[in-house]
Amino acid sequence: MAEIIVVTSGKGGVGKTTTSANFAMGLAQRGHRTVVIDFDVGLRNLDLVLGCERRVVYDFVNVIHGEATLKQALIRDKRNDHLHVLPASQTRDKEALTVEGVGQVLEALASDFDYIICDSPAGIEHGAVTALYYADRALVVTNPEVSSVRDSDRILGILAAKSRRAIEGGEPVREHLVLTRYSPQRVQRGEMLSVGDVGEILGIPLLGVIPESPAVLQASNEGVPVVLDEGSDAGHAYRDLVGRFLGEERAHRFIEVERKGLLGRLLGR
Amino acid sequence: MGILDFLRASRSQNSASAAKERLQIVVTHERIRRNAPDYLPMLQRELVEVIRKYVDIDQDQVSVNLEREGDYGVLELNIVLPDLPDRPQA
Repeated sequence: MAEIIVVTSGKGGVGKTTTSANFAMGLAQRGHRTVVIDFDVGLRNLDLVLGCERRVVYDFVNVIHGEATLKQALIRDKRNDHLHVLPASQTRDKEALTVEGVGQVLEALASDFDYIICDSPAGIEHGAVTALYYADRALVVTNPEVSSVRDSDRILGILAAKSRRAIEGGEPVREHLVLTRYSPQRVQRGEMLSVGDVGEILGIPLLGVIPESPAVLQASNEGVPVVLDEGSDAGHAYRDLVGRFLGEERAHRFIEVERKGLLGRLLGR
Repeated sequence: MGILDFLRASRSQNSASAAKERLQIVVTHERIRRNAPDYLPMLQRELVEVIRKYVDIDQDQVSVNLEREGDYGVLELNIVLPDLPDRPQA
C-alpha cells in the first residue's frame, strides 16, 4: 500500500514544485516506485521543472473524467524508471478536481507505487485542501520569511482540521518542516530567521534545510531536478532530506556559515 | 564574524529577532482563534439579543472569549453597558 505525501505551504513561490520534483526523484533514486501528481489545475508547472513538458498528452482531470486511462496519462521519467509524473490540466477550472475523483485515482495508483507525492497549489482554497485531503504525511515548505511562516502555520491548522485523518479521527497527518532558500550568512548577520526560530514558531520536526543556491534556478532552467546534480549544495541537501524521510540519521548541513580564512573573515565575505 | 558583518549587524539592529517576535504574537493569536469552538459567534449573537430586551447595546459591545487553562476552559463575557442615568440624589 502506497504512502501519500502532500507537499504544501499556503504561500506561493516558496518552492513546493521544486521540492516535489526533487523529493520524488530522490525517492526514485533510492529504488522506490514513486509517482508525483501536479494538483495545480490551470497552472501546470511540475512537468516543466521535471523536463517532461513535451510528453504531456493526457492529464489528471482527463483521468478523473474517464477521458483517458491512468496508463495513458502517466509519464515515465527518462532518467529513472521508478519515477512517474501525472501532470495537471492546463485548461480546466479549479473545481475540476473532486475529493471523490481524486480518491479513486489515488486508490488505483496505490497498488503500483510505494510513494504518491501530491504537489499542492498555493492558497488554502479548494485545490490546496483537495491536495492534502488523503495525505499520510506532509512536507510543509517554508521560507525563512514572515509571510511564509505565518501561511505555513495556517496550512498546519488546515491539515489538523480538514484532512481525511482529521475528519475520520485517525492518527494525525505526520508533518515535516522543509526550510528552503536558506542563507546561513544572512542568518549570522541577523537579517534572516534562523532554522531554530522557524522550528520554534511552527513546532514541527525539521526534515531538511535547502540552501539558497544558484544551482536550483539552473536546474529548473534545464528541466533537470537539482537532486541529480552530484556536485551542488542543494542537491546534497535534497538527498539528505530523502534519507531522513526514509528514517536514516543524517546531520543537517548547510545551516552554518562555512569557515573561512583569516582574510576572508576580516573582510566578512 | 567579520568586521564588516559586525558593523552591518549592529546597523540593521537584528531585524530577524523583530520578525520572530512579531510572528510569535500573530501565530499564537491565530491559533487561539482557530481552536475556538464554532458556537462562539452564535452564542455572542444570542447573548446580544437577550441583553437587548433590557438594555440598548450593539453587537460589538459584547465580547465572548474562551480560554483554555490546563484541562478546563474559562468562558469570559465582557459586556459594555451604555451610560447609565445618574442615580437620584438622596
